[in-house]
Amino acid sequence: MNRLITALLFVLLSSNLWAAGGPAVPMDHIEPDISDQESLQRGLTLFTNYCFGCHSMKYARYERAATDLGIPSEIFEENLILGDAKIGELMTISMPEDQAKIWFGSAPPDLTLSARLRGPDWIYNYLRGFYADPKRPYGVNNVVFKDVGMPHVLADLQGVCAEPPELGVEPQVDPLSGNIIAQSGCDSYSSEGSMSRDEYDEAIYDLVNFLEYVGEPSRLESVELGRTVLIFLAFFFVFVYFLNKEYWRGIH
Amino acid sequence: MQKLIAWIDDRLPVVEAFEKHMSKYYAPKNFNFLYFFGVLSFVVLANQLLTGIWLTMSYNPSAEGAFASIEYIMRDVEYGWLLRYLHSTGASAFFVVVYMHMFRGLLYGSYKKPRELVWIFGMTIYLALMAEAFMGYLLPWGQMSYWGAQVIVNLFGAIPYIGEDLALWIRGDYLISGITLNRFFALHVVALPIVILALVVLHILALHEVGSNNPDGIDIKKNKDENGIPKDGIPFHPYYTVHDMVGIVVFLFVFCAVVFFFPEMGGYFIEKPNFEPANPLKTPDHIAPVWYFTPFYAMLRAIPDAFLGVVVMGAAIAILFVLPWLDRSPVRSMRYKGSLSKIALVLLVISFCVLGYLGVVVATPERTLWARILTAVYFAYFILMPWYTSIEKTKPVPERVTMK
Repeated sequence: MNRLITALLFVLLSSNLWAAGGPAVPMDHIEPDISDQESLQRGLTLFTNYCFGCHSMKYARYERAATDLGIPSEIFEENLILGDAKIGELMTISMPEDQAKIWFGSAPPDLTLSARLRGPDWIYNYLRGFYADPKRPYGVNNVVFKDVGMPHVLADLQGVCAEPPELGVEPQVDPLSGNIIAQSGCDSYSSEGSMSRDEYDEAIYDLVNFLEYVGEPSRLESVELGRTVLIFLAFFFVFVYFLNKEYWRGIH
Repeated sequence: MQKLIAWIDDRLPVVEAFEKHMSKYYAPKNFNFLYFFGVLSFVVLANQLLTGIWLTMSYNPSAEGAFASIEYIMRDVEYGWLLRYLHSTGASAFFVVVYMHMFRGLLYGSYKKPRELVWIFGMTIYLALMAEAFMGYLLPWGQMSYWGAQVIVNLFGAIPYIGEDLALWIRGDYLISGITLNRFFALHVVALPIVILALVVLHILALHEVGSNNPDGIDIKKNKDENGIPKDGIPFHPYYTVHDMVGIVVFLFVFCAVVFFFPEMGGYFIEKPNFEPANPLKTPDHIAPVWYFTPFYAMLRAIPDAFLGVVVMGAAIAILFVLPWLDRSPVRSMRYKGSLSKIALVLLVISFCVLGYLGVVVATPERTLWARILTAVYFAYFILMPWYTSIEKTKPVPERVTMK
């Protein structure tokens, strides 16, 4: 019985029910770590500078992010709030949706819940999946999201990949020469960016980590409180177990 | 204190009621762990009512504001995330415990005479619970909320002649809209909870009138001592109150583990497309109802004709109501029934679980074939019951309950 329950739980938790939608592209896997405040801060900075122009985060508030990421309010207000928004406000943008539709084909989606909707792996691969494609209006296409309307806004960091990058590749090292012969990501660039391949991957990791945090800002608090609750219940179990035993001693 | 109780008791029969339902309600002493699920349904019901009241304080039942108000609860309301996860996990937990409770009834023949009304009230609760869950699922106004409701309400449209008008009447609009959301909200937070609570009272009153069944399916009232107390019975309070505490704590441990550590349950308790606001212009790639409806959804999809599918789905639930009159066995409990009954119940459980799986995944020709076979197996359990329960050889039932 116990084994059955374990097996059932395993199936339930390991399978991703919603992975079925859309064509399957091999992807690299990451483990977000939302307790890593420095990574989240770098991610937030990247988001503010590169994404926030077009993508809102309209269910989240600046102040919550500042508090959770350990950024003092004054510093946050000075550097991370563009325009004249107050720190207690929601992270909305001023780009009108109907205009955005004309520019990009469809309005850039709000990103508050993107990590919960798509999963961190999807975003991590998507942002590393752009490549040069002169047939597209902004000159780029994406291996994860074919014919996406979004331009490669991070091109000055990554550069633009000349060929469709292969993702989800196990890194292979030639045992004789020590050279890397197979690796996920871009191999040749049609224009260079300011970051190396590894630096870019790390920057995207930080960004995805931040999106993961902002999708469910209560996650860490939940884990912490959950531990206390479970420990209490475990102790309480001992108490009720023996209380029950005491009462039932005479019943046969 | 004694004086106060006496004062109240002169005006309201509180002592009598307590004795009738708790301290002098004699329950069989041989309950096993399957008997925890009745009280656990009560615990989950209380959880849903309490968390629901607090969620209502911050929820905005409009097409424009619903989705954002859920995120407001998740982010800006103190412990709002906890209330929301307790409520969303509670919905699934409700069905887990109710399905186990129903399985217990099937296993030990708790539906048989004289407990037919207990069973029927219970089934009506199940029906009301499905309506409650379905309407509640629309309220977050996510993509799956919206399209799930669209699919289910459209089912009514498959009924000949009146179908289209009926679906229109339910929605209050030509498609699911803010109007539908508002009426579902009213039904979810006011009408159905009242119905469910009333039915729970009837379920308990009917049960306490005839007395609880037990794993042996023995009538403990046949063996009474000189004081008229069943020899195999023990007062519900304190024996089963302390006993149930153990089950409740174990249940809460599992429940809280889900609430605090994986409230989405891999997309089964909170479906991923629901993290995107409802969009009437964009149909999701794959629409699946929440897991507790999927056995019936699989049956619906298995039938090629839309109207027949609805009929089969309805019949799958309706047939449970007449169960007490299908079972012709002289014994109640599976312990003393013959092997045909045992095989039938095992097949029912397997077909229900596999249909549940098939209702989650995308349909393929092979899966549809399986769904058809298993739908037939599901119905065979009920339709053939008068036959197999009357021809099989049963074991002799002991005079007194057995303690295992």
